[in-house]
Amino acid sequence: MKAYLSRRYRMSASHRLHTELFSAEKNEAVYGKCNNPYGHGHNYTVEVMLSGEVDRVTGMVCNLGDLDEFVRREIIDRFDEQNLNMDRSFETLVPTTENLCVEIYGIIRAGFRSAKLEKIRVEETSNNYFEYAG
Amino acid sequence: MVLLTRKAEFSAAHYYWNDAWPQQENEKVFGKCANRNGHGHNYTLEVTVAGEIDPLSGFVVDLKALKDVMEREVIQVYDHRHLNLEVPEFRTTIPTTENIAIAIWKRLEKKIVGARLHRVRVYEMPDLFADYCGE
Repeated sequence: MKAYLSRRYRMSASHRLHTELFSAEKNEAVYGKCNNPYGHGHNYTVEVMLSGEVDRVTGMVCNLGDLDEFVRREIIDRFDEQNLNMDRSFETLVPTTENLCVEIYGIIRAGFRSAKLEKIRVEETSNNYFEYAG
Repeated sequence: MVLLTRKAEFSAAHYYWNDAWPQQENEKVFGKCANRNGHGHNYTLEVTVAGEIDPLSGFVVDLKALKDVMEREVIQVYDHRHLNLEVPEFRTTIPTTENIAIAIWKRLEKKIVGARLHRVRVYEMPDLFADYCGE
């Protein structure tokens, strides 16, 4: 039987939404307060949804300890308490939460093999969140 | 078609243990959850049903009836119980969050009148939940 397993993680990071492809005026018009040159930050919640057959012996879709260890190493240790604009993923990509969501999806999809990745949801504040399912 | 979700809560104890394995293997796979003295959670159950809106009542399903079914079939059986020791389906199945979602689906599937069971979601904690959709 196929079940879906979801786990939520928290991380805090700063970012500035800005692209060199726009003029200063256009950056401000498009990104508003988020274009503040000094940056600002959020407490993000990352929700990872996996799916798979429930193992008849263990009763689990996958071992949570393995997932926690992977997410801590590859996601939390990399982004938590960091400036996202300085991360290699965002050298040329604006660190919007849409793009962060897609990046996290790519990292987990490529590296975590114990269950199928269904969806990544990143909550930027309690009022807005983004989802990517590939 | 409209989806309608009703929540309920129950508190229960459990442990993860496979009798076919030695203690060392159980502890390796299940970690702290293998403690045979058990531990517990405040679970949140979300039951989502799917159906058409009745043109007369404006309801997908009678919410009171859905609440009563959840209460009778799940909450009264699981709440303030030790899942491994007191709930029949977990005598032979480990009460992981995944298996609890499947077990609740089986308890509710035939008992909901007027709508189709769409999803059972069980939160073990706010940061961990499992979904079963009958697949």
